[in-house]
Amino acid sequence: MHPVRRQRLWVVLSIVIFSTAAIGLVVYALRGNINLFYPPIEVASGAAPLDTPIRVGGMVVDGSVKRADDSLEVSFMVTDYQATVPVVYTGILPDLFAEGEGVVASGRLDASGTLQADEVLAKHDENYMPPEVAEALENSAAKGVTP
Amino acid sequence: MYFDSVAAVLAMDGHGPYVWAAYGITLLVLAQLLLWPARRLKRLRRELRGEVRRREAVKTNSVETS
Amino acid sequence: MYFPGPSFERSETPSIIAAAMWTFFHKLGSPPWLYTISGQILRWLLPAALLALVVGMCWGLLFTAPDFRQGNSYRIIYIHVPAAVVALGGYYIMAIAGAISLIWKMKMADIAMLAAAPVGAALTFIALVTGSIWGKPTWGTWWVWDARITSMLILLFLYLGVMALYEAYDNKVAASRACAVLALVGTVNIPIIYKSVDWWYSLHQPASIKFTGGSTIDPSMLYPLLLCIVAFYALFACALMANMRVTILDRERRTGWVRRLVEES
Repeated sequence: MHPVRRQRLWVVLSIVIFSTAAIGLVVYALRGNINLFYPPIEVASGAAPLDTPIRVGGMVVDGSVKRADDSLEVSFMVTDYQATVPVVYTGILPDLFAEGEGVVASGRLDASGTLQADEVLAKHDENYMPPEVAEALENSAAKGVTP
Repeated sequence: MYFDSVAAVLAMDGHGPYVWAAYGITLLVLAQLLLWPARRLKRLRRELRGEVRRREAVKTNSVETS
Repeated sequence: MYFPGPSFERSETPSIIAAAMWTFFHKLGSPPWLYTISGQILRWLLPAALLALVVGMCWGLLFTAPDFRQGNSYRIIYIHVPAAVVALGGYYIMAIAGAISLIWKMKMADIAMLAAAPVGAALTFIALVTGSIWGKPTWGTWWVWDARITSMLILLFLYLGVMALYEAYDNKVAASRACAVLALVGTVNIPIIYKSVDWWYSLHQPASIKFTGGSTIDPSMLYPLLLCIVAFYALFACALMANMRVTILDRERRTGWVRRLVEES
């Protein structure tokens, strides 16, 4: 390659490498802040601050959803299978909110370790399938057959 | 066909407004994306044709006057 | 024949493949050749792309079953994912064209870089808007400052930044150089977008189409999605070439081949 072009090639490569390193370091330094939510284990270990707006994400524990009779208040437990965090929320839940499904609740942790949520978002997974396929999978799982 | 009727296609069990709005905006943007260069090309070609005509007019004029 | 492209020194190791490659590369640098060939490609690629888009969209909208959890709102996947995939792929094309333009001062690479920016911006915009519309019924919110969504927004700003930077300079040679540097610096964002859902806790779910291992989307839903991705890639190529043709004609307006072309029409 022509020496002038070779020199320009090095300039281009160094632009890419140095900007990658710079932005990589910034992202690494901010890695905690880039997380949208805390998993319950971090809340239980005390990593999440009290009485400041935070988000907690995980799975809704089966059978933990309790709805009040006279208001829109709902309480449920969020788990990452290592720890659980109780959540209290008043308002309309998204359509995809269900027991055993992913959820991200934002609000403040009170002194008792309960998240007083002002917003609950459903977090769905990357599985897409027709209802019949889901049903068939469920049936085979119930029979103890692993697909 | 999964749906039974046109009404069912439009409603999509309540998700119709979301789905159709998303498709509508997408088609609109894609159409603009393809029409924009076509319009620019047309305008540029008209401009260039005008230039050629003007040059030829100048040429014939200079032939007549000399 | 008029070939105003840059001259390339011959490779020291003469082989047929290398020679053919250099000839092709040399031809790519020739405006009349590129203008003619892109016109011929567009004539069949554009109808094919539109046909694939219509078939893919109708297949996804009308003939697939709804998702077992999300119902019919999941049908937005057939435009959201293709737009996002091609917006990311298009960035590579823009950045590579920028690198070629910086190293070899190849005018056609410069034109390709500038032609890719508006197309990429439009596709990123589609991905963001359809994602927002999809987020409302599934997540319960239009927008969240999640790593994936924020890095996609940065991608939109990078595309718009390249367009704005070019307009900001009077000296177009300096403008292209600045745009190429910005495009190259912005490539850092691409792996961040890809890996954002794996590196951080985000609301956005991980990818469903996987190159290694099984995809987590049912085949009956995957095939129309793949068709839509192909259609979007073809549309990207069409819009890119259409933009390039206008710029080529505009920049070469004083040359003989453009004059002949105009006189013939």
